[in-house]
Order: sequence, then C-alpha cells, then structure tokens
Amino acid sequence: MAEQFTSLTAIAAPYEPVNVDTDQIVPARFLKFPRKDGYGKFLFHDVREDPGFVLDRVPFDQARILVGNANFGCGSSREGAAYAFHDAGFRSVIAPSFGDIFYSNCMKNGIVPVRLPDSECAALRSLLTNNPGNQLTVDLVAQEVREPDGKVHRFAIDPFYREMLLRGVDELGLTLTLVPQIEAFEQAYAREVPWAVR
Amino acid sequence: MVLRREGQCLLYVDRHIIHDGSFHAFANLKHRGARVRRPQQTFGTPDHYVPTVSRSPADAPTPEIRRMVETFNDNVLHHGIPHFRLSDAGQGIVHIVGPEQGITLPGFLLVCGDSHTSTHGALGALAFGIGQSENEHVLATQALWQAAQKTMRISVEGRRPAGVSAKDVILAIIAKIGAGGAVGHVVEYAGSAVRAMSIEERLTVCNMSIEAGARAGMVAPDDTTFQYLKGRPFAPQGAEWDRAVKYWRTLPTDPDASFDAEVGLKAEELQPMVTWGTSPENALPIGGVVPAGPKRALEYMGLTPGTRLEGLPVDRVFIGSCTNSRIEDLRAAAAVARGHKASVPTLVVPGSGLVKKQAEAEGLDRVFREAGFEWRHAGCSMCVGMNGDVGKAQERIASTSNRNFEGRQGKGARTHLMSPAMAAAAAISGRLTDVRKL
Repeated sequence: MAEQFTSLTAIAAPYEPVNVDTDQIVPARFLKFPRKDGYGKFLFHDVREDPGFVLDRVPFDQARILVGNANFGCGSSREGAAYAFHDAGFRSVIAPSFGDIFYSNCMKNGIVPVRLPDSECAALRSLLTNNPGNQLTVDLVAQEVREPDGKVHRFAIDPFYREMLLRGVDELGLTLTLVPQIEAFEQAYAREVPWAVR
Repeated sequence: MVLRREGQCLLYVDRHIIHDGSFHAFANLKHRGARVRRPQQTFGTPDHYVPTVSRSPADAPTPEIRRMVETFNDNVLHHGIPHFRLSDAGQGIVHIVGPEQGITLPGFLLVCGDSHTSTHGALGALAFGIGQSENEHVLATQALWQAAQKTMRISVEGRRPAGVSAKDVILAIIAKIGAGGAVGHVVEYAGSAVRAMSIEERLTVCNMSIEAGARAGMVAPDDTTFQYLKGRPFAPQGAEWDRAVKYWRTLPTDPDASFDAEVGLKAEELQPMVTWGTSPENALPIGGVVPAGPKRALEYMGLTPGTRLEGLPVDRVFIGSCTNSRIEDLRAAAAVARGHKASVPTLVVPGSGLVKKQAEAEGLDRVFREAGFEWRHAGCSMCVGMNGDVGKAQERIASTSNRNFEGRQGKGARTHLMSPAMAAAAAISGRLTDVRKL
C-alpha cells in the first residue's frame, strides 16, 4: 500500500557527492533483516561513521527532505535503500538525476523523487549549507519545490505515479482489478508466441 | 503491452527470474494473501547468499545467512515455482542460469529483482532489474507498469586488439559516457565488434549496462544467438523452434531507425582496462596513472594522483560474478594462470554448477589448483559479499566483478575491476599487470 503524499514542508539536508550508489545508502549485509524491524538505522550506515556526517549534525538530523547530486541512487536494485530513507523519516529526495530503479522504488514507498536541473539542485544545496535548518516545501499537487522566501522550482513527474501518491493508491491492488485484461492479452499472445506462455 | 494508462504501460512479463534476495516480495505477497499467478513463467535459483565452500546451507557463516537460502527454498516450493536447489548442477547466479538454460529468449520481457538483469539483453530480450515491490507485483500479476524509455545506440566498430576482452570494451564505454551517461535509456550495442562477439562476450557487455545508468542493454538477435540457444533445456524445440527463429529474425532494429542518443567507439583503440576509484566510470587503460579524482574516492582507495596503475600491489583476487564467471571467462583466466603460482589469495567462483562441471571436464580446475587458486562452488560470492565471502578493510582486490563501490566487497575493501585475464595476471604477479606483457 503506497503511502499518501500531497505536500510536505520540512527541514532539508544537502548531500553533495555525485553517483551515490545504493550500496552506500544501505550496505548489502543489512538486506537480510526483516522490514518490520526498521531500516532507518541502516541509512548510510558505513559512510556516516565519518565524524561530522551531514545527517548526524543538528539541525540536519531532523531532515525529511534530501537534496542530492547527479545519478543519485545508482547501482543495485535493492529496495532496502528506499526502506532506509523512509524509515529514517525522509519523504522526498531532490536530485538532478536518479538511478532508474531507485527512482521507481522511491515512488512505491511513499517517497517523492524530484528531478530538478543541476543548477537548481546546486543552488538549493548551497542555500541549505549556508542556512542550516531552512525548510523546503515539496508540493506534489502543484508540482513545485518552494524555498522559504517563496522561490519556486517547478518539476515534472509521471502523472500515473503522481496520482498514486496523491491518493495513496495501492498499485498492486489496482493491477489486480485488471487481471481480466491481462488474461485476455495472455490468450491472444499465447497464439502468437506459444513458447512464451507456459 | 496489455494496456496504457496516463503514460504508463502495463507490460506482460514473459519470464520472471527470482533469487534468494526476494524474501521481502514473498513476505509482502503472503501478507496480502496473494498467490503467484504464473508459476511456470517464474524461475528460481539461489545465488546471493549461498556458501561457495560447499553445497550445504549449513556451511553458511551465520544462521541468518543460512536462513535466507532455506527461506527461498521454502518459498519456491510453497508456490510451485520451477527452481534449482543448491545441490542441483543447474544452480548458479541468476544471470548465468537464465541464458544457459534457454529461459532467456529473444523478444521476451524478462525481469528479476537484481540490477544486473540487463545481462539477458545479450540474447535480444528486453531485460531489466526491478525492486522488491515490483517483484511482488510481477509474482501476483505477471505484469509490470513501465513508462517508455529513451533509446541509445552504442556502436563499437572494428577489431579488438589481442588482449582486449569484452570486459575492457564495456569498461571503456562506461569511462566514456559516465556512470550516469545512459540514465533513462535502453541501450542497443551495435557495430562490427559487437556482431563479432560470442554470446558470452555480449552477456558481459550487457551485464554492465546498469553501471552506465541504463536499466537495460541489448544486442539484436542473429545467427550467433540462435546457435547458442538451440537445444537448451527451456528453449523451444522442433517445429516450434523453427517458428520461433522466424519470428526472432523480425526483431532487429530497422536500418533507418533513429535513436535519442548515439555513441561510437573504435575497437582498435581499446586497451586492457582497470578501475582506480569507487565508481565504474573511474576506468583507465592499464598504462594510465591515477588522476586528480574526488578526494573521498582517492582516500578510500588509498591512492594519490600520479600513481601508475600498473605495478600497484594487490592483496587478493576474485574471479567470478555475473559479469565474468562463464566458461570462456574461466578459460581466459586459466590460460594466463597455467604453469604459474599465485602470489596472493585468489578465489575462482564459477557462475553455475554446469560451468563448474564444464571447467572440470576441460581440466581448468586443475590449472587453477596447481596455480594455488581456490576453486569454489557457484554463487555471487565476493562480488557482493552477502554470503560472507568478503575482503578485509584496506585490502586491495583485483576483481572481475562489476562494482567498485565503497564497501561492496567488504567494509573498507578496495576494488579494482578488470577482465578475467587481467585478474589472473594480477594473481600471479601480486600487482596490477598488463596481461599483454606476460
């Protein structure tokens, strides 16, 4: 069941590195643990051993929005990376580009991935670095990110998933109502490509 | 495509391959009370968590890891999913097993909860990795919501020089376009150098598409593809085979098709490659020097700019993974290892039980053993370390795997990616070595 998301105003944290891979977001050795125990404690587990790690500094330890850099969440398909952000309280990640699988995993876990141009992300990270504790608003209804002074960054998002998140629709529940269409397709397809349908 | 809704397409999934990391999906499926809709189009093999010292889950280093292998077995049995058990010769890494068994076929949409599913595109399938929610979705419906992706053609023209492998080709591509260079795209690998590749070489190239950001990479099916697939256990047989080949011949891209992006490489200019940093895009010819890269990556790797890559001492070597653990990879490594002795601990992990058997029939295991390499059972092993096969902090590892990310091969371990021949050369000399000079 997807968690509903309309708009969120919260402290945002800047995260500078490019190509942040999901192995850094949650190391593989934690993926065997059941979700019910929570994945928040694994978020950036090994990277945050560095003293002064941004998400451990006041007020970024209260952040619920992250502003990252290019190719954020690349690499492994592990959904544990989205679980870790979610369970640590994050509901939106803003970046110039995302690893495709991480992007899709976010939307299935109530986290809004926002793509903004490189220069706008850089400006936001610098705003947050220079003004720790500044809040951003991620508004999925209006499809914009707003700065505290009212400056607006418009973003595009897939209308299908926008609707899912706005209404908190259960994606699998929706598809299960379409099983008759899947069956009809399957029957026609089995005549055309018989070796596919077993 | 079943239907379209608001820019998303509900796609019919021909084959769904699953492994022992899929327990979140099964747990969610159980919670919902849903069943697996098409168990016969689903296929399972344990790989991520399996011990490589034996075929007994009891040899897993911790009870939690053992439980992962056993839970997977329970799940596939419960849902009636065709699968290989750990003790079956057919068991292996999902991306080795799919092609090897003929489960992966041209024109199929194939998905798996692993980002290296791009591998299967080498056979002309559209294949990509999915998350656990999508995994559950496919189990329950045999369908998946997807938006159309952009297209990129990467053409490699000409002949590869001696000593330059398929791994070097894909590392050179990633170095050229960057780790995010193909985000949002499906890549088609084309050009005479790709056409000339064996299927196993194409599998290596497509495997690392994800390291350039592409969720899928593919090669148009041709006679090489059909020869590879004919007679494989799950491939069509008899009259159906002929009908399938006729259909598959219609699949290649039209000559006048246009792509959203085009990239070109000259095979003649390629050299054996190694990575120096913590992203696969940090790849250079072996004759290169460490550049002034990101401070964090250099610190993690224990390198300073200006250091020559050739000659850099290594502590350990890993030959295996879904990138490079097929029989041709093992032959290439054995050809270098033959008659030499390893200077550092070296692990050879075949991609499947069948690859292992084939290697043993060819005497490659003896070559490795006589060289002091450890010859293990099939699994993902030290590519991702989830089964406990890991390097130690600050150990420098020459590896044929696909990711040099921080902590990938063990917390603090330093990975240098390269081809099987280059890794075998590093094992012998104990240093990053230009295999052409051996």
